Amino acid sequence: MNAIVKSLALSLCLTLTFGAISAHAVVETYQFRSEADQRRYRALIEELRCPKCQNQNLAGSDAPIAQDLRREVYRLINSGSSDQEILQYMLERYGDFVLYRPRFTLETLALWLGPVVLVLIGMGIWWRLSRTTRETDAPASLNDEERRALNKVLESPGE
Amino acid sequence: MIPELGHFALIIAFVVSLFLFLLPAMGYYLSSQTLMGSASRLAVLQLVFVAVSFACLAAAFLGDDFSVSIVALQSNSQLPMHYKFTALWGGHEGSLLLWVLILAAWTAAVALTGRHLPLPVKALVLATMGAVAIGFLSFMLFTSNPFERLLITTPPDGQDLNPLLQDFGMVIHPPMLYFGYVGFSVAFAFAVAALISGKLDASWARWARPWTNIAWAFLTAGITLGSWWAYYELGWGGWWFWDPVENASFMPWLVGAALVHSLAVTEKRGAFKNWTLLLAIFAFSLSLLGTFLVRSGVLTSVHSFAADPTRGLYILGFLFVVVGGSLTLYALRAPESTFRPVFSKVSRESLLLANNILLVCATLVVLLGTLFPLIMDYLGQGKYSVGPPYFNAMFVPLAGALGLLTGIGMFSQWKSTKGLRALVQSPLVLSIPIGLLLPLVWGEWRAGAALGLFLGVWLILACAFNVRHQTRNALSLLAGLKKLRLSYFGMLCAHIGFACAIIGVTVVSTYSSERDLRLDRGESLELAGYSVLFNGTSTIRGPNYVGTRGDIRLSRGDRHIAELHPEKRRYHARQDQVMTEAGIDAGLMRDVYVALGEPLEGSAWAVRVHYKPMVRWIWLGGALIALGGVLAVMDKRYRLQRTRPNPVEA
Amino acid sequence: MARLKLFIPLIIFIALALLFFAVETRVSEGEYDPKELPSALIGKAFPAFQLPDLQTQQILDESLLRGQVSIVNVWATWCPTCLYEHPFLVALAGRNEVGVYGINYKDDPEKARRWLAEKGNPFAANIVDEAGSLGLDLGVTGAPETFVVDRQGVVHMRYQGGLDEAVWQAKFAPLIARLQAEQVQQ
Repeated sequence: MNAIVKSLALSLCLTLTFGAISAHAVVETYQFRSEADQRRYRALIEELRCPKCQNQNLAGSDAPIAQDLRREVYRLINSGSSDQEILQYMLERYGDFVLYRPRFTLETLALWLGPVVLVLIGMGIWWRLSRTTRETDAPASLNDEERRALNKVLESPGE
Repeated sequence: MIPELGHFALIIAFVVSLFLFLLPAMGYYLSSQTLMGSASRLAVLQLVFVAVSFACLAAAFLGDDFSVSIVALQSNSQLPMHYKFTALWGGHEGSLLLWVLILAAWTAAVALTGRHLPLPVKALVLATMGAVAIGFLSFMLFTSNPFERLLITTPPDGQDLNPLLQDFGMVIHPPMLYFGYVGFSVAFAFAVAALISGKLDASWARWARPWTNIAWAFLTAGITLGSWWAYYELGWGGWWFWDPVENASFMPWLVGAALVHSLAVTEKRGAFKNWTLLLAIFAFSLSLLGTFLVRSGVLTSVHSFAADPTRGLYILGFLFVVVGGSLTLYALRAPESTFRPVFSKVSRESLLLANNILLVCATLVVLLGTLFPLIMDYLGQGKYSVGPPYFNAMFVPLAGALGLLTGIGMFSQWKSTKGLRALVQSPLVLSIPIGLLLPLVWGEWRAGAALGLFLGVWLILACAFNVRHQTRNALSLLAGLKKLRLSYFGMLCAHIGFACAIIGVTVVSTYSSERDLRLDRGESLELAGYSVLFNGTSTIRGPNYVGTRGDIRLSRGDRHIAELHPEKRRYHARQDQVMTEAGIDAGLMRDVYVALGEPLEGSAWAVRVHYKPMVRWIWLGGALIALGGVLAVMDKRYRLQRTRPNPVEA
Repeated sequence: MARLKLFIPLIIFIALALLFFAVETRVSEGEYDPKELPSALIGKAFPAFQLPDLQTQQILDESLLRGQVSIVNVWATWCPTCLYEHPFLVALAGRNEVGVYGINYKDDPEKARRWLAEKGNPFAANIVDEAGSLGLDLGVTGAPETFVVDRQGVVHMRYQGGLDEAVWQAKFAPLIARLQAEQVQQ
């Protein structure tokens, strides 16, 4: 009986969780001073994470906090802040969590350089494995001394 | 009564799976023909009982039996019939039963079509698949029983399927995905059988190939459908988010793609044997890892099922046994020194090696990005988010390199290719100017778009020139084409699909635009040369919802194009949830996508319009890739041999 | 040697499996919640603000929190969990262990006053943040949230969720005891 109640409760959480991400598509009709500003807004709300949602960016979420943050981004763009400044603003208040593009710091070195290292290793493996016989087993060619020795053997009369 | 029957059938299926694991395995070690031969019959028996169980659960859903707890949670009496059926896999327990049904189906399929397999191999393969079934069936019976009842507190009606899931996509996306995930267990089983029996020659690769190809084709279809569904359902025009659960499906796909190519090398040249074994183990391991991630609660995702750490630990244990066991087997039994073929840098082996390296690097990068937040949080280093900006930055160059090499690879020959440069020259030279100029069709020239379009065009032209090259000695193009095998057309189809996807992604990422505007009845907005006229709204009633429907007229200049009807729905069983259904004018070359926002004062509404050029090419590409996989499997070398027990490979 | 190389995949897998096992165990014990977001303000000063008090309309600023260890509770009348935690807050205020301050977040001040009149007012002062601007500066993601602030006005912890005795004892009491003790020594 307990197991049933427990699984029911957990499944209720699932329902409520899913409920929070209804495809509600709140549409804000912000007007921008220029096309470029509008593009910046679009790009920024896709780079910023909704702090309360189940992995959604500001563009895709209807949560009240997401609406507030979109308004904030709009306000900051209109007041002349640069993209960097806006991201910094959000970082100061919500932490690294809210940036979908992690900053390049000592802590994230493994994240940003890891792929590069992997690809270099991969290229190395490819280089080593795709060799032809000529490049590996056989010696390059005879040097002068070897050639003289060979000629001597070839020219010496048979036994 | 019926739920009890279903539960009972599941228990019997579990017992059968135990026998399916033990008897053939014992038969192998005792060299007993009878015991080994029992595997096929047990596999079919397992399928029968799982199918009965599934049918009972389906009957409970279709019959509105709310005394079954998951029916009460996922379904509702007003839900349309087809959604009542798909609600079966809307929750954790039901989706597991679907998993097991598909696993039983694949196992039976191997049993019934594997007449050409030597009996010991067949026995080991089926025993391995039986072991996997034991894991899942026991998981279900002990922690996630779909037949749990609410007999004392039976609710009068259910809580309804999440409206987001009440869609055609839900009918087909999960089954397709599961067919793919589970299908990789066949390649896995063949690899394990090869390691146990020590028969590590090319034959295991030959046997595993068709199964892998078709599993991968299904997975491709499943992922493509998921992307398409998210696009039209979620309302903000995105089609891939690098969400952990999406990544959990993408990683097996990437490894599966590597496996599909690596199997070719192992079968044809006997090379990369250990590597192919490892890939076969990895592909299925990643499928299982995905199952773990989605249900464990360690990651945050919109897709995840309710987090239940107990279940997570159980799956982890299962993962440990299956993956740890197979990797231990690999470490102990894979040959230390394998045939080291010699091949030049311009050989088919070399290019397929590059393919594998790129795909595996891509997989590892996706794994890194997905697990980084988890690892950093566990180490107390803070909470990070790794999202699309990171994944796109890492994945796009790898995909680009892959696109470039695929074109070259098609012309390559085994060991070394003579005159590769000459073969590759024409398509390359043609695609450069076309690629460079094509972006102008959609707007301002952008270098990224030019590069992407160049790669897509290059790949398509490479395919075209390759066909010409393959038919160059024939009397006519048609005669030449007739001589080509289905597996060749499969490859061509999949590669063209890849090109289409590259083109679609490039154009839609660079040239989409959107506008959000307040529109009153009779007002219109302009976007990308289109005119969107808002004609007001009307109230609508659905089977389990009420809502508002917008009237939109889409035109271009003077020409009327379409009437669109975006909706906002409120479902009866979930009063707090409002769903948006977009109105989409879909076209091969572009989508125009309209969604209603909020009602504003008077009869005005906030309206959002997206212009999405070439977005359908992404899913067209996915469909072609899946089709390619299917075509390859239909090749006549895989036709079931009725007369000869051991066909000789051409 | 070649045999050892074949063990590499297994070793990597075991490492990963152990990581998952460790994380999953912590989740099952309730110690780790991937959805929980630590505050970005930990170790930093409580943000500057100039907002009116709910009852007195007097303009408050961040100096309000200096001089004692206090908790700042973000609440609203539209928040159901705030209703649940309110009795505990009233009891807590009665114990006089810490300063209890409130931020009435994105709410209707009139409704909030009536609510407190009905249910009791545990707050020494209540900052009216109708626009949510202070909430934004604090990194608030919703209600209820509770911050722990020390005598110098530095934020030490943020808890997302409803307070009750169990949560208080587990998460707040040790920290508050430490903050109160260390500053007395200065």
